[in-house]
Amino acid sequence: MNDASRAQILNRLHAATKQQPVEAPEAAGLPGEAFSRDEKIEKLKSLMEAVRTEVHVVGAPNWTALFKEILIKRDVKTLLYAPDTTLGDRLQKAWVTESNELPELVTYDGQIEDFKEKLFATDAAITSTVGGIAETGAVILWPDKNEPRLMSLVPPIHIAVLEAEKIYNTFSEAIQTENWSDKMPTNVLLISGPSKTADIELTLAFGVHGPKELIVLIVKD
Amino acid sequence: MSHDPQKPEKVYYFGTCLMDTIYPEAGLAGLKLIQHEGVQVIFPREQSCCGQPAYNSGFPKEARKVALTQVRLFTENYPIVVPSGSCAAMMKHHYPLLFAGDANLELIQQFSKRIVELSEFLVRTLKIKMEDRGQPIKVTWHSSCHALREMHIIEYSKSLIRQLQNVELIELQNEHECCGFGGTFAIKQPNISGAMVSDKVADAQQTGAERLLAGDCGCLMNISGAMDYQKVPVRSQHLAEFIWERTHAK
Amino acid sequence: MPNDTGPNFQQNASRALNDKQLRKNFKFAMGNFILKRKQIFSDESKTEQLRQIGNDIKRRALSQLPQLLEQLEEKCTQNGIQVHWAETLSEANQHVLRIMQTHRATRLVKGKSMVSEEMGLNDFLQKKGIEARETDLGEFIIQLNNEKPSHIIVPAIHKNKKQIAQIFHEKLSDTPYTEDVEELNAIARETLRKKFFDAQVGLSGVNFAVAETGTLCLIENEGNGRMSTTVPPVHIAVMGLEKVVEKLADVPPLLRLLTGSATGQLITTYVNMITSPRKDGERDGPREVHLIILDNGRSKILSDPQLRQTLQCIRCGTCLNHCPVYTRIGGHAYGFVYPGPIGKILNPQIEGLKKAGELATASSLCEACAEVCPVKIPIPQLLRRLRNESYASDSFSTVKDSGYKKNLIETIAWKSWEMMNTHPLINTIGQKIMSRLGAQIPKIGPLKQWTRHRTAPKFASKSLHQLIDEEGIQDE
Repeated sequence: MNDASRAQILNRLHAATKQQPVEAPEAAGLPGEAFSRDEKIEKLKSLMEAVRTEVHVVGAPNWTALFKEILIKRDVKTLLYAPDTTLGDRLQKAWVTESNELPELVTYDGQIEDFKEKLFATDAAITSTVGGIAETGAVILWPDKNEPRLMSLVPPIHIAVLEAEKIYNTFSEAIQTENWSDKMPTNVLLISGPSKTADIELTLAFGVHGPKELIVLIVKD
Repeated sequence: MSHDPQKPEKVYYFGTCLMDTIYPEAGLAGLKLIQHEGVQVIFPREQSCCGQPAYNSGFPKEARKVALTQVRLFTENYPIVVPSGSCAAMMKHHYPLLFAGDANLELIQQFSKRIVELSEFLVRTLKIKMEDRGQPIKVTWHSSCHALREMHIIEYSKSLIRQLQNVELIELQNEHECCGFGGTFAIKQPNISGAMVSDKVADAQQTGAERLLAGDCGCLMNISGAMDYQKVPVRSQHLAEFIWERTHAK
Repeated sequence: MPNDTGPNFQQNASRALNDKQLRKNFKFAMGNFILKRKQIFSDESKTEQLRQIGNDIKRRALSQLPQLLEQLEEKCTQNGIQVHWAETLSEANQHVLRIMQTHRATRLVKGKSMVSEEMGLNDFLQKKGIEARETDLGEFIIQLNNEKPSHIIVPAIHKNKKQIAQIFHEKLSDTPYTEDVEELNAIARETLRKKFFDAQVGLSGVNFAVAETGTLCLIENEGNGRMSTTVPPVHIAVMGLEKVVEKLADVPPLLRLLTGSATGQLITTYVNMITSPRKDGERDGPREVHLIILDNGRSKILSDPQLRQTLQCIRCGTCLNHCPVYTRIGGHAYGFVYPGPIGKILNPQIEGLKKAGELATASSLCEACAEVCPVKIPIPQLLRRLRNESYASDSFSTVKDSGYKKNLIETIAWKSWEMMNTHPLINTIGQKIMSRLGAQIPKIGPLKQWTRHRTAPKFASKSLHQLIDEEGIQDE
């Protein structure tokens, strides 16, 4: 059935487009503005804050201190993180010093099939990012073996660490500069804020199925 | 902004079928406004209709016959001034589509490029300067769909109203919303059309204006008919007629 | 005139027009959307540039559609995504069923998909003992109430808070009555979180499928799409074949156009780009990803150079939001899956003119839709084309049931109109007759419809031609 349908559909499509030139050669992209690093930080910050993301700009040495404060304030009991990453490394070092008030560090235990219940009961997760987009206000995640996809979706609090140097002006720039077409990973995510909906009388409400809170730490060198 | 056209010595005038049969005074007022600025107006007598009704209703062959008849009357290279956004749009933008692939396409294109809507002609080409001789009055303005979205001449129309010193323009809340005429739409979907025109009438009422102005006779026929039916005391009038009255009031 | 095979549009529309609550809900919502779009696309000239780019991208894709679909299939297959082709809705449903049965699955969670509505998937699966749970909040609400969506983007827009509170209270066990939006959301979140956890298969639509990389792009605000496509071990994506784009670089402009036009946002909460199932070493994501490519009449539409523009649609819903007809009758009155201006051109081509041709008359051709369509589909022009097809009155006809409306009365009426307007003498005589007897025309036929809401127009005693003769204006 499938092969026959495939052949019929493609035959019709070929007949429909044969002898016609490919229309509309590539249009020049819309000229995007280029901002300075600080302008990009400011733009991304204000756009993401407008959709209720909590954004902090921190110096590289200080961010773990601020981060701990954030967790304590929210009474986070369990924090999911990725040990085999630079980020994970820093966290582990930071946790060794004082561990009473701090949440328990949890790792993604094996495959999702074995970890699902625990995952759904975790309070917060922290992930790295591969960059940010200033024009629309979003962080870019490339989940991988170390930082699985659901880390940034299931726990009600998601903290994302963004290197200030990696903020692009536009989405197009990110795709082009990093040559995404040659190396698309399993999953790419753009995240602009905590989950939301306006399905009820167009009244905006936050915290639907994705995280209720998104906290972005922009780390400057 | 493209260069304003130069004032011509002569122009053609296309009166439109609705002005011919229902709003002849408005048609004449538009013509006189042009004459008053020192331009000679030529009105080929055999003109009738731009063909839009058939074109919109699924009868392109009949529309083409009528369109060609009109085109053949406007032979000289004068601008063709049209006191209606929808007829102007039909003849300027839709004739080339209607005649795509037709042997007469070039003839049509020569005609279409000379089409100019009345408000635009008065403002851009004639740079008309008017003196309001009438009594203070509150008016509101309805933007006809084709004048707005195809001819893009609404700001010219409104600037003409704003030139009249004793006229206060109070804008509708939903100025850009269709009045529900749509030619045969009003006949084929009478309830939806009726709901649209009722909303337009209510909008006009809430402005407190005594008069509703528009540049299209289809809209006027529709809105004034509904106002009449609902006994709403707002009078609807074509912009050209209103302007002529105000500038030539005794 | 109601037709035998399709919904009774006029009746449905009239009923909607008389529903005060419905009209109030829609007027409020559409007004909101119009404002939001204006705000997000405030720079007119940049917006026009962007719309042209959208138009170019889509035309480029459609003009090489078969090649791009073949490339998409190749890349997807290389990446581990299984590609299935479905000519008909029934075949598409069978693909889903087969996948469910292979996994002995009875619990499906759905991200939002209009194609799955087209398929009637939920009802089909229910008959086979499979629960297909909608997880988009709007879809969830109407599923509880056994209704169909009334808008492409906000399916429950026809409901207000009170109505939704009532539905939750009645249909969800142990749920108190509350009109508080935060509380209603919390109820949905809790209820659906269990469903995500327990689901065996997740189903989604596709906003853009990139041929260059074999990537499926999905956008959303709630997170239910990501939940449905990442938590269960199997993900099925269904898409109309027109959704493929050539390259990754095409995505950002289309994304900007889609989010801006649909909800007035610069970007949605999530953009989810899926290129493969869980790879070796990865710890989550579905083990199997399936892509079902649906035709259902689209390949036929492609074959007509003018009507093909219908397939440029990116399903943003903005034409609905700006349509004065849709605002007054809502989505259900159209009687088909896709309402609004896009529905008026799409449904007749897919279902045939006998069933859906009347939709083409339900427009005043005001151009409000064409003005805002992010990919510049000339909807009014396509409506005229469908009207021509209804009478088979032009030199070519390609739509099913072409000529279904042909009738003697209208043929004669328009021929007479043509006679009058091509013969000045007949025109003059006709006018003289109307000016004398116009007021006495019996209120039947067209005049009857006109006078339901207006007084009849008054024919002037002297025509413009006459007045101009009196003024002595030149003839040539």
